[in-house]
Amino acid sequence: MNAQNLASGSAYFIAKETELPITTVLSVLVDNEPGVLARVIGLFSGRGYNIESLTVSETEHEQHLSRITIVTRGTPHVLDQIRHQLERIVPVHRVVDLSVRADELGNDKPIQRELALVKVAGLGENRNEALRLADAFHAKVADATTEHFIFEITGKGSKLDQFIAIMKPLGLVEICRTGVAAMNRGPQGM
Amino acid sequence: MTADKQDSDNHTSQRREMTGAEMVIQALIDQGVTDIFGYPGGAVLPIYDELHQQDKINHVLVRHEQGAGHAAEGYARSTGKVGVMLVTSGPGATNAVTPLQDALMDSIPLVCISGQVPTSLIGSDAFQECDTIGITRPCTKHNWLVKDVNDLARVLHEAFHVARTGRPGPVLVDVPKDVQFATGFYTPPETSPRTSYRPKVEGDIEAIKQAVALMATAKRPVIYSGGGVINSGPQASQLLRELVELTNFPITSTLMGLGAYPASGKNWLGMLGMHGTYEANMTMHDCDVMVCIGARFDDRITGRLNGFSPNSKKIHIDIDPSSINKAVRVDIPVIGDVGRVLEDMVRLWRASSEKPDKKTMGEWWSQIDKWRARKSLSYTRNKDVIMPQYALERLYELTKDRDTFITTEVGQHQMWAAQFYGFEKPNRWMTSGGLGTMGYGLPAALGVQIAHPNSLVIDIAGDASVQMTMQEMSAAVQYEAPIKIFILNNQYMGMVRQWQQLLHGNRLSHSYTEALPDFVKLAEAYGGHGIRCEKPDQLDDAIQEMIDVKKPVLFDCRVANLANCFPMIPSGKAHNEMLLPDEATDEAVANAIDAKGRQLV
Repeated sequence: MNAQNLASGSAYFIAKETELPITTVLSVLVDNEPGVLARVIGLFSGRGYNIESLTVSETEHEQHLSRITIVTRGTPHVLDQIRHQLERIVPVHRVVDLSVRADELGNDKPIQRELALVKVAGLGENRNEALRLADAFHAKVADATTEHFIFEITGKGSKLDQFIAIMKPLGLVEICRTGVAAMNRGPQGM
Repeated sequence: MTADKQDSDNHTSQRREMTGAEMVIQALIDQGVTDIFGYPGGAVLPIYDELHQQDKINHVLVRHEQGAGHAAEGYARSTGKVGVMLVTSGPGATNAVTPLQDALMDSIPLVCISGQVPTSLIGSDAFQECDTIGITRPCTKHNWLVKDVNDLARVLHEAFHVARTGRPGPVLVDVPKDVQFATGFYTPPETSPRTSYRPKVEGDIEAIKQAVALMATAKRPVIYSGGGVINSGPQASQLLRELVELTNFPITSTLMGLGAYPASGKNWLGMLGMHGTYEANMTMHDCDVMVCIGARFDDRITGRLNGFSPNSKKIHIDIDPSSINKAVRVDIPVIGDVGRVLEDMVRLWRASSEKPDKKTMGEWWSQIDKWRARKSLSYTRNKDVIMPQYALERLYELTKDRDTFITTEVGQHQMWAAQFYGFEKPNRWMTSGGLGTMGYGLPAALGVQIAHPNSLVIDIAGDASVQMTMQEMSAAVQYEAPIKIFILNNQYMGMVRQWQQLLHGNRLSHSYTEALPDFVKLAEAYGGHGIRCEKPDQLDDAIQEMIDVKKPVLFDCRVANLANCFPMIPSGKAHNEMLLPDEATDEAVANAIDAKGRQLV
């Protein structure tokens, strides 16, 4: 029997996926109660979904609501499943696929920003070059001695990637990134 | 009696001060609970002490916490009420995991109350401590750790609300021992539940109109119903019957949905799926309009997905939006409670003048009759050996006119029970469908019998499954629950062996039980009644004896050792590629599944 003749489907759902995966940003509004993040993350790991970036913080203190922003990747069908599975979690109020919402609003993409702290240590020309480049990237100096800088930089993930790559040969010591915060353009709410 | 006293007697559930342990009992009473299943231990002693001092809640002491969970599931499924289990911390909670996951996959409302070490010791690796919330998070619909006694009543009421509404499921409330001792204010059940949990029950009327319009144009329709109809309540089953009557559509059902439409009904095709009938699967494969009502296109139902009912438009009614388009893409989704949606559907169908063409429907039915004539459940009788199918036919004949409830374990006997036992009413059939839990049936039967003390409750069992929770015979004897354990004993894990024959060159690795207990003596050891039957001509008398004995019975029904369960859709195959019993020669069985299918289970 040659390989082409083998069934591509199965009694289990392993039919070949014909759709291409895309990356999207989900905003999840949840009650800020113990374990809620574990429920969300557990759903992703338990069902085999990807998390590329995750940020969470209480956003509405009086109502104890937190906003979780998740960058995930999957086929449109899988992303739809992720949204519905998230909605099943009892303390989840709302789930919005910001990329889909941006499409509906006629926008290109949701605004996505990330903050990084980047520690660079070195002397001489490397040190000067690091400072010059930081300035070009509109990074701020958050801390410094004669031997190091900590740069604070915000922007799209790709900008941060580029900045970090440039800093590597100049004495990069440590990186900390917040993960993506995102929202849609325009006057309307989530 | 003073006015005050009278007031507190009439409104025991008013806001008042009490201990956490008292709150647990009060909340159960206020939620209408009359029976719970449990096992005591260090971390739930205060609750057990309260149980001891009241007579409104009947507690059934099981022999293992898994038994408590399945008993509560059986109780819930046979009554439509929420099942309740009470367990201690650590091993009590970990033993509850299997029934919780079982209830999650079969959408059974279940509240598990677990004890926990005192809050000050949480995280210290204390004796009988485990991270119950962490362990049960993925196997419950929701769970709570209550650290403040003043939250306890609210959380317990919320737990019942979450368990029974929307797509029902299991929940767990973890109560540390110091919270059980602490005193706080009890609050009665609230009318306004939390804002983030609002299941949609009313179906979108536009979608329902579209569905009805599509059904009216159908040439080859089929209704495929599931456990959601049972869960929605007896009214939903009634409406389903009405819809079938009105439309004259053929109807098949999943394992979970048996009984919603009567097996004696003229439009009944039998169960569908891996071990479903030929007519049910062929009808699904060739239909042009499929109406899926409260089912979820499980992999045991669909077979190979790209060969699943390739030329049909699909309507899917489900209360859980995540079930829509999960495995199979549908054309018209309707999100809502099956009962509510069916009510609208029946009303709209009656009001509409558009109806399917009588002549094409007639042709469809004659095609179905041809498939029926294939008699896919036939088997060869034997004068000397009891065929398992024959045993179930006789069991059905001798019990069908009684008030009977059937539970099962998991394996070949379960599929034969589904094929050969005809269910006329909902809530009469309790089986572990999603998780496939061997050992489910015996404790589930106990739970059913507690809810229906005067009914005939039979666990159709296998010799391997039944040993997994055999200890609950002891609980059945204690509570004078005369459950009948009808064991189809072939000394094999029959379904495992069948798959080894299909997939692994008949190498029967560890699927034969070399040493089985003497079930008759075992029954007697527990204080029950044992029966053994080895010959077909003695079967009727033996079954009658089983029915007549007013004690728990272990019935050792010795059946043909190597019988296999057909018809069958081998894995990796579609609905129209079934293996039928008369074609299932040894060679056909050995070659039924190709190399790719072999990897799939």
